[in-house]
Amino acid sequence: MSLLTVSNLDIRFGARRVVDKASFSIAPGEKLALVGESGSGKSVTAMSILRLVESARLSGEIAFEGRDVLTMPPDELRGLRGSKIAMIFQEPMTALNPVMTVGDQIVEAIQLHKGLDRNAARQQAIEALKRVGVSEAERRVGSYPHQLSGGQRQRVMIAMALACEPKLLIADEPTTALDVTIRRQIIDLLDQLRHETGMAILIITHDLNLVRRFADRVAVMEHGVLVEQGTTAEVMNNPQHPYTRKLIDSRPQRAVGEASEGCVLEAQGVQVDYPVPRPGIRGWFSKGSFTAVQAMSFRLAPGETMGVIGESGSGKTSLALALLDLTPSSGDIFVSGNNWKSLGHQQKRDLRRRLQVVFQDPLSSLSPRLTIEQIVGEGLEIHEQQLTPAQRRERIIAALQDVGLSENGLIEPLLARYPHEFSGGQRQRIAIARALIVQPTVVVLDEPTSALDVTIQQQVLQLLAELQRKYGLSYVLVTHDIEVVRAMAHRVMVMKDSRVVESGPLERVLNAPESAYTRELLNAM
Amino acid sequence: MAQAYTKRRGPWARAWQRFRANRLGYWSLVVFTALFVASLLAEVLCNDKPLVVRYNGHWYAPLFQSLPETTFGGDFPTPTDFLDPFIREQLAQGDNFAVFPPNPFHYSTINYFSKVPNPAPPTADNWFGTDDRGRDLLARLLYGFRISVLFALAVTAVCAVAGILYGALQGFFAGWTDIGTERFSEIWNSMPTLYMLIIFSALFSPSTWLLIILLSAFGWMSIASYVRAEFLKNRTLDYVRAARALGQSRRKIIFRHILPNSLTPVITLIPFEMAGAIGALTSLDFLGLGVPPGTPSLGELLGQGKSNLDAWWISLATFSTLVVMLLLLILIGDALRDALDPRKAINGDAP
Repeated sequence: MSLLTVSNLDIRFGARRVVDKASFSIAPGEKLALVGESGSGKSVTAMSILRLVESARLSGEIAFEGRDVLTMPPDELRGLRGSKIAMIFQEPMTALNPVMTVGDQIVEAIQLHKGLDRNAARQQAIEALKRVGVSEAERRVGSYPHQLSGGQRQRVMIAMALACEPKLLIADEPTTALDVTIRRQIIDLLDQLRHETGMAILIITHDLNLVRRFADRVAVMEHGVLVEQGTTAEVMNNPQHPYTRKLIDSRPQRAVGEASEGCVLEAQGVQVDYPVPRPGIRGWFSKGSFTAVQAMSFRLAPGETMGVIGESGSGKTSLALALLDLTPSSGDIFVSGNNWKSLGHQQKRDLRRRLQVVFQDPLSSLSPRLTIEQIVGEGLEIHEQQLTPAQRRERIIAALQDVGLSENGLIEPLLARYPHEFSGGQRQRIAIARALIVQPTVVVLDEPTSALDVTIQQQVLQLLAELQRKYGLSYVLVTHDIEVVRAMAHRVMVMKDSRVVESGPLERVLNAPESAYTRELLNAM
Repeated sequence: MAQAYTKRRGPWARAWQRFRANRLGYWSLVVFTALFVASLLAEVLCNDKPLVVRYNGHWYAPLFQSLPETTFGGDFPTPTDFLDPFIREQLAQGDNFAVFPPNPFHYSTINYFSKVPNPAPPTADNWFGTDDRGRDLLARLLYGFRISVLFALAVTAVCAVAGILYGALQGFFAGWTDIGTERFSEIWNSMPTLYMLIIFSALFSPSTWLLIILLSAFGWMSIASYVRAEFLKNRTLDYVRAARALGQSRRKIIFRHILPNSLTPVITLIPFEMAGAIGALTSLDFLGLGVPPGTPSLGELLGQGKSNLDAWWISLATFSTLVVMLLLLILIGDALRDALDPRKAINGDAP
């Protein structure tokens, strides 16, 4: 007898159908992974099990322990939420109330469902925190969410969800917002808790590595349709549906050329310090300083990619901004032999075309009120003012052609459109076109694929490798994803807590890591 | 196909589409625009001079000509009073005729031929009655509406330009510039505006321009603070960084990249700012500190209503005009706020 049976579930928002006849079931104690790309309807399916999406119209049947959730009266539904089915979310910072201590939030959950008095509930809250591996649980119970690290917050979320011993835990991308080394710990924790309590887990994710390691069974969703279900081994080793095959094959492929001799970008003792306010009266007179990047040096050859890998807060983005001279730094940075520090305003401006950047989030990196023509053509307006409008348009079209952006083979109709009319992958192509149109020699790629779906990620990486071969570009590739570095980089620099812990050729670092941290990163995959 | 159609539009076009989807706000805008256009045509709608006169074979356009009474057989070379029964008689003789506006009273026309003492209740002549000096109430309301709206537009325009510039500089340069200018606007903001206005109107002779300058001088801070906040947020976004990495100049970054994305709160505030300016002008006029005497003003009419409580038509008509005007503005503002909220989806628009 299965714990939860979903049959022929349709979910509509107005006239739009986002989930089409989804059927799946979970047995007690089972770990089911619901896999799909963003917009495939996997999260809304999971939320609908608890009828949490108010604007959605649901039809079909959702049976939990034999009771139909869709026809359940509100009181019974409330009893179900939190006590029998619990949920944890992707971003633990926004899922926790920032003005309540984490202890109070767990106590609230316990009191709501178990009716215990405050002291008993508090004891249970401490127990719950201990169980999910929060160190110093007695002290942490009085902490506010912002005082905890991302991993600890996710542990608190899990403690809250498990406080009432649910039969089913729905985990919506529980590790996506966390650093790689923490991800592994959270997954191990969930597995261990499942052993202890015997609850079933429905995990929603786009990460196939996680599925392989964690799930008993997999359900693959594409555009609201469940295209394939089966045991993890079956689906992973012998995928039936073309979409599943595409997902499994979407691990980045290495297709980069050889680097040449020479030096296009050189950093000598570059250090980035940020002023931080001091607490109290002293803060009125002086500022403290926080070192985001400890003094470091490197050289980049033409056609070479240097992968800078590290977790959030390791200083890798600060380094990227310093290289671009967008944030103050000490030390010397030479771009094609010119030192940023020794240049005047106009020379700096001219040098900027040699060094371009592509950011992580392709939505925020394109100005929403400018057309594609204006966005891509901006660099030409600055650096090649002699061009006539017709010539400029020709160059814009050539640049868009380079990045493979077209609609039915035509590029002109895209020029008057705005960024919101494109998908994430297309926007990232536009951002790449904007960088390439001024013919740079070095492009700084700041997490260029982290915001994209896996299949798109592969395409963008291929495009970047192709452009590198074609134009002999050098890349500084900032990322947290070892797979991306493995596919793209010639050399790797591993950063942790604002210092470089290891650097060297790709093969050496990945196969024979010297530092303990690099080994930890590699194992976390 | 509908999808493809909406997809072709820019952000402002989609905002307009969302605005139109709010029926109440959209019709408020239509009604307000109609009223405003009518008030701009007040000379044609409410005037004591005929639009066209044909007298003894000659055509006259008294709206644009100054015609002495002698033209029409009067005794004196003074400007013609077309409401004079003698002139009326002259114009009615033979082939002569005159086309009067629908309401044949200017805001300054005193109806000397009223059969009841002033203020006179509504009659067939004076549809809304007259004020305590015998001037037609409808004419004064229409001209007063025009002055109020034009005044509010002027004040809002000055406030918006000043506020946007100030806020943009604060937000873009941040740091010490921000700290300094923010302290200044805090000090400026804490000045008691009404007392300042009373003091200034005692120092200078009352004029509409003086009021526009004074109200603008104390009204730009709210817009500046919104623009500042938007700039502080937007200046760190990646598209601004990308523009800086391209070597774009500061001026272009401010006006091309950040400003268009920071205007949402300003546009939302504009109707409310206008309502505020109208309220301020009305209260100053009510206190007798506003526009020069004789100018048709809603505040002055409210004052008259207060001193002539038995003349219910004065208070009622003025009060209704103000309520309708402010209500329309606020409904428009509400609809604008919805329209410019990009999270709000419209039919066929992706969420």
